[in-house]
Amino acid sequence: MPETVGALTEAVFYILLSLYSPMHGYGIMQNVKELSSHRVELGAGTLYGAINTLLEKGWIRPYEFAADSRKKEYKITEFGKVAVNLEIARLEELLLNGKKIVGGEEQ
Amino acid sequence: MKKVIWKPYWDFEREENWLNNMAAQGFALTRYTWCRYVFESCEKGEYIYRLELLDNMPGNPQSNEYLRFMEEAGVECVSTYLRWVYFRKKASEGAFELYTDIDSNINHCRRVNNFWFTLAVAELLIGFSNISIGLSNIDRIGLSYFNLPAGILLFVLGLFFFHLSWKMRKKIRQLLKKKTIRE
Repeated sequence: MPETVGALTEAVFYILLSLYSPMHGYGIMQNVKELSSHRVELGAGTLYGAINTLLEKGWIRPYEFAADSRKKEYKITEFGKVAVNLEIARLEELLLNGKKIVGGEEQ
Repeated sequence: MKKVIWKPYWDFEREENWLNNMAAQGFALTRYTWCRYVFESCEKGEYIYRLELLDNMPGNPQSNEYLRFMEEAGVECVSTYLRWVYFRKKASEGAFELYTDIDSNINHCRRVNNFWFTLAVAELLIGFSNISIGLSNIDRIGLSYFNLPAGILLFVLGLFFFHLSWKMRKKIRQLLKKKTIRE
């Protein structure tokens, strides 16, 4: 089971989101850039390290039906999905509290 | 047009800056061997260069896998020297950074720190033992003529490497501090 404490890094969160459909490394970089309207540009070294850690943790796995067998593709696992859902709940709490306090002042 | 420049660089971040300045002037690095840089002309600012110290020597399966990954990500490996890799990417393809979060940046700095620290310790030890051999043979002129100067040279080199590793540790401390509020 993914641990329930601690935030995911922005990079990991976006990598996991990308891998709801199978993708190779460069695809992830492009997808994250697009998802974040060019705000997040993943460094290839950072991405490589994150992919290996996520594979070790079992949050993602190699995808065996890759279109181009020379390029390694990955896909999110059930564990990975649990981690994403926990993170979404955590982010919602942050957002709610942020809006409650800061948003309240503005009105 | 080919251009060869001999230049010693110890600080990889300065070296990276210099290579990017050269590329901005229209000279793209194509090969590096000890202190020797080979450039070929390119369009001004065509490439962005990044240097990285790998965990293993190129040729090792893990390094090969990493280099293959980089290639798939559109990053070209221009040259390797020991565990150092010279990467480049076309500037037209957007920003090119190897590490975009503090953690992975720290990891790389630690690797560079270990690289210089290991070299520093080795040089200091060999230098020190040469100095003591030189001193204990001071009456027998022939031996100490070799051991003393060699020892002192290695010792100074060791101190210099130690300084390089200290600079990296300073950077790591700054990054760790930044990490207390950002990722």
